[in-house]
Amino acid sequence: MSSRDSILAAVLKNQPPLTSLPDISGFKVPEEDLVEKYKDTFSGIGGIVYSAANMEAVKNHIRENFDTGKRIVSTLPALSDVAEFCSASVEPHSFEDVELAIIEARLAVAENGAVWLTEEVMGHRIIPYISQHLAVVVDESVIVSTMHEAYAKIADEEYGFGGFIGGPSKTADIEQALVLGAHGPLSMTVYLIK
Amino acid sequence: MKGTQDHAALAEAFNKDEDRVDWHDGALWWIRQKRDRSANQTPQWEELREAASAIKSNVISNLHDYLLQFEENLKRNGVKVYWAADAEEHNQIIYKILSEKNINQMVKSKSMLTEECHLNEYLAERGIDVINSDLGEYIQQIDNEPPSHIVLPCIHKKKEEIGELFHEHLGTEKGLSDPTLLTRVARKHLRNVFMTRRAALTGVNFAVAETGEYVVCTNEGNADMGAHLCEVQIASMGLEKIVPERKHLGVFLRLLARSAIGQPITIYSSHFRKPRPGQEMHLVLVDKGRSALLARPDFRDSLKCIKCGGCMNTCPVYRKSGGLSYHNTISGPIGAILAPNLDMKKHADLPFASTLCGSCSNVCPVKIPIHDQLYKWRQVIVKEGYSASRKTFSMKAMALTLSSPEIYKTAGKTGRWILNHAPFAINNKFNPWYKQREMPDSPKQSFGEWYAKNGSKS
Amino acid sequence: MKIGLFIPCYVNQLYPNAAIATLELLQKLGADVSYPSKQTCCGQPMANSGYEHLTQSCNDLFIENFSGFDYVVAPSASCVLHIKDHLHSHADEKAAASIRGKIYELVEFLTDVLKIEKLDACFPHKVGLHQSCHGLRGLHLAQMSELVAPDFSKPKQLLNMVQGLELTELDRVDECCGFGGLFCIAEEAVSVKMGKDRITDHTKHGAEYITSPDLSCLMHMEGILQRNNSKVKIIHIAEILNCSSIKA
Ligand code: SF4
Repeated sequence: MSSRDSILAAVLKNQPPLTSLPDISGFKVPEEDLVEKYKDTFSGIGGIVYSAANMEAVKNHIRENFDTGKRIVSTLPALSDVAEFCSASVEPHSFEDVELAIIEARLAVAENGAVWLTEEVMGHRIIPYISQHLAVVVDESVIVSTMHEAYAKIADEEYGFGGFIGGPSKTADIEQALVLGAHGPLSMTVYLIK
Repeated sequence: MKGTQDHAALAEAFNKDEDRVDWHDGALWWIRQKRDRSANQTPQWEELREAASAIKSNVISNLHDYLLQFEENLKRNGVKVYWAADAEEHNQIIYKILSEKNINQMVKSKSMLTEECHLNEYLAERGIDVINSDLGEYIQQIDNEPPSHIVLPCIHKKKEEIGELFHEHLGTEKGLSDPTLLTRVARKHLRNVFMTRRAALTGVNFAVAETGEYVVCTNEGNADMGAHLCEVQIASMGLEKIVPERKHLGVFLRLLARSAIGQPITIYSSHFRKPRPGQEMHLVLVDKGRSALLARPDFRDSLKCIKCGGCMNTCPVYRKSGGLSYHNTISGPIGAILAPNLDMKKHADLPFASTLCGSCSNVCPVKIPIHDQLYKWRQVIVKEGYSASRKTFSMKAMALTLSSPEIYKTAGKTGRWILNHAPFAINNKFNPWYKQREMPDSPKQSFGEWYAKNGSKS
Repeated sequence: MKIGLFIPCYVNQLYPNAAIATLELLQKLGADVSYPSKQTCCGQPMANSGYEHLTQSCNDLFIENFSGFDYVVAPSASCVLHIKDHLHSHADEKAAASIRGKIYELVEFLTDVLKIEKLDACFPHKVGLHQSCHGLRGLHLAQMSELVAPDFSKPKQLLNMVQGLELTELDRVDECCGFGGLFCIAEEAVSVKMGKDRITDHTKHGAEYITSPDLSCLMHMEGILQRNNSKVKIIHIAEILNCSSIKA
C-alpha cells in the first residue's frame, strides 16, 4: 500500500464519530465608527494612516514623504505620474530595488487593521513584501468590522494568491524588543479615501 | 539535544542563574499579559474559543474526507501533492524534489514540523544547504540549538549573546547588541539569501479543504519573501492543519495572534492557492504519529493545536525552566502532551514536568484540556512501565497504608507516618524537600487523636 | 443536615489546628458535623504520580466512611477536587457518584450551601490570599485570570466578613506556588523557585500572613519562609474565619 493509502486508511479507522460544525454566524461586534476604529487599530500596530480627500492628496503626500528619486511602483492608473506601472510578467527579483509600492485594497478590517490584497491588485505577488515601504489606498466604504465579515466578502473569490497585511513587517525575536522592518517593508501607510 | 538528562535535571541547571530565570519568566509573563489585554478587548472571546474548538472537533471527526477533498482541490489548483508516513519519508520527498531540479540551497520559513523531522540535518548530509529565515530560528540555527519556543524561538537568549553570534557568523563588530541594529544586519544578509534561492519551504498554519488553499502566518514577511521569489515552492504540513471552509479562517485568524502575542492579527496571513506562472508548488502531507494519536480518545484533542504558544507563555514551569529543558522540538505544556505519543520512553518525564495548575487549558484558543491530558499521560506512562521501580515500590507501600485505617493510625502515632512516608515530606536531609525548605513542625497530636479525646465534647 | 468532616492525611498529621478550626467553625454555624475515624486519604498522591490504578482500596475506604452523610466537607481544595474528579468504585459506582456530587471544600460550603452572610470573626492583620490552583481552576472558587468573564471570589467574600482583616494585593493574582504534589520533590529547583516568587509577590505588598483554602500550597511556602527566617506566617483560611475577637 502506498503511504497515501495507508495514512488515509489509518485516519478513517481511528477518527472518532462525526461531530457537527458550529454556527459561526453569531459573531458580531457592537455598532462602532469603522473608520475611527480602523485608524486606531492600524496606528496601534505601527502603521501610518492618512485621510486623503482624493488621489491628488495621496500624490502630494507621497512626494512629501517618500524619496521620489528612488523607484516607486504602483498598479493604480491614477498614480502614473509618481509611479511606474508594475506588471506580473516580469521576473520577481527585478523588484528588489523598489523603494515604495502603492496598491489599492478592496477590503480592510477594522478590528485588526489588516487590508486584503489579491495578486491582481498587487501587480506581482512579491511587490507588497519586497518593497522597502508599502502604501495602500483604501476607500473608507470597504472597511468591515471583523474577519468574519471580511471572509463573507471574500466568499468564493477566485485567486491564486491573496493575503491579509496588517502593518509593517516586524519582529520581536531579540529580547522581545519590537523592531519594525524585519524582512518586508519598513513602513506601511494606509491612505483612507472618503 | 543535551544528552540524556531529564527535564528536572535540565531545569535545575537553568535555575543555577536566578537572574536569568527572573528575566525569562518576566519576558514571557509580559506576553501573557498582552494576550490577556487583547482577549479582553475582543467581544465574545470565550465563544470564539468554543467555536474554534468545535470546528477542530469536526475536523478530527471527518479528517479522512477532508484530506481527500483538500488533495483533490490542490491538484485542481496545479499543486503537486505528496504523503509522508514519517520523518524519513518526508525528508526523502523534499530531497527528491530538490535534487531533480539540481537545487542545492533552500530557504525555509518557520515550520516546527520540519524541525521535528530534522530536515536541515538530513539535507545537509546530502549536500543541500538550508537557511532558516525567521529571525529567531536563524539565530538558533547559527547557534546550533533547537528553538526553545514555537513562536519565539530564541526567547531564552540575551541580546548580548545574539550580538556575539552575529559577530562570529556575520562579521558584525564585537559588542553590538542593539536589537534594531542586529535586525538590520540580519535583514540585509537574509535579503541576499532570498534573492538567490531557487527553492523555498514554508510551514502551513491552516489548510482549507473546500478550496485547496493554505495559509501561512508570519510577522516578518519571511515566508512571502521566500515563496514569491523562488521557482520551487514547497509546503510541509501535518494532517491536522485542515479547516473545512474558507470562512472558518475568520475564527482562527482572530484567535491565533491574540493568543500568541496579544496582537490582533499576524502582519502577514498569506493564502497560497495556485503557483504563479513559471513556478512549481509542492505540498507534503505528513502523518508522523497523527493517525495513531487519533486512536487515543484521551489524547486526540491535542491535534486541535494551532501552535500559538500561549500555553508556554502562561506555564510557570515553562517560564522558570526554559524551553530547552523539555529536550523536544515542541516544548512547554503542548510539547509535553504531544511528545509521549511519538516516543513514550524518551519523553516519559515530560508529563510530570507540571504542577497541573491548569492555566494552560484556560488560555488555549482551541480549548485543549492540556492539564487533564498531562494527568492522563502520567497514568499511561506508569502502566506501560516507564516509571522508576523505586517509585512504584513506595507508591504501593503508600497505597497499602492509606487503605488500612489500622496501619495508618498506628503509623500516625509512632512518629507521624506522613513525615516518614509522604513523598513530599520524607523526613531526612537527603530529601530534595529539605534542600531549600524546612520540614513542617510535627504537632503533639494528630487531629484524629485530638478528636478521639475532645470531639464528642465540642 | 449531617456533615461528614474529611480531614486529609497531611492536615490530620501536620496541621491539626486547621482541622480543629474547621470543625469548630462549622459547629459555630450550627452544623451537625462528625468525623468518621476510619478515614485516611483521598488517594491523590498516588494518582497524580500516575498510580491512579492503585487507589481502589483507598477509594472504597473513602466511600465506606462517607456514604452516610448529606454532605462531605474538607479544608483542602486539592483533595476535594481529586474526589470530585476521580472517586470511582467497581463495587458501588452509585455510592461513588453520590459522594462526588456532595463533597465540598470548606469555603464553597460556607458560601454556596450555608450561604453565610456574616461571621463573628476578627483578624487584625494584613493577609495575602493564595488561590490554590485546584481550588481556583478545579473548583472555581474564584474567577480565573485567563478567562474573559465576570470577577468573583468566594474566599475573598468570606475574608471580607472578618473584622480588622486587610487583604493585600498581588501582581499575579492566581499564579501557581509550585507545590504540585510529587512535583515538589521531582522538580525541586523549579518548585522552590515558583514558591519563592509567590512569596515575594505577597511580601512586597506587605502581607503578614499568607492564607489559602489549601494547606499543601501553604506547607510548601511555609517551608521556604522558615528556611529564610521570614516573619511572614502561613495560616489556613479556616483558622482566620474561626478566629474570635478574644483569640486574636
Ligand atoms: S495547545 Fe493551545 S495554547 Fe498551546 S500552542 Fe497549542 S493552541 Fe496554543
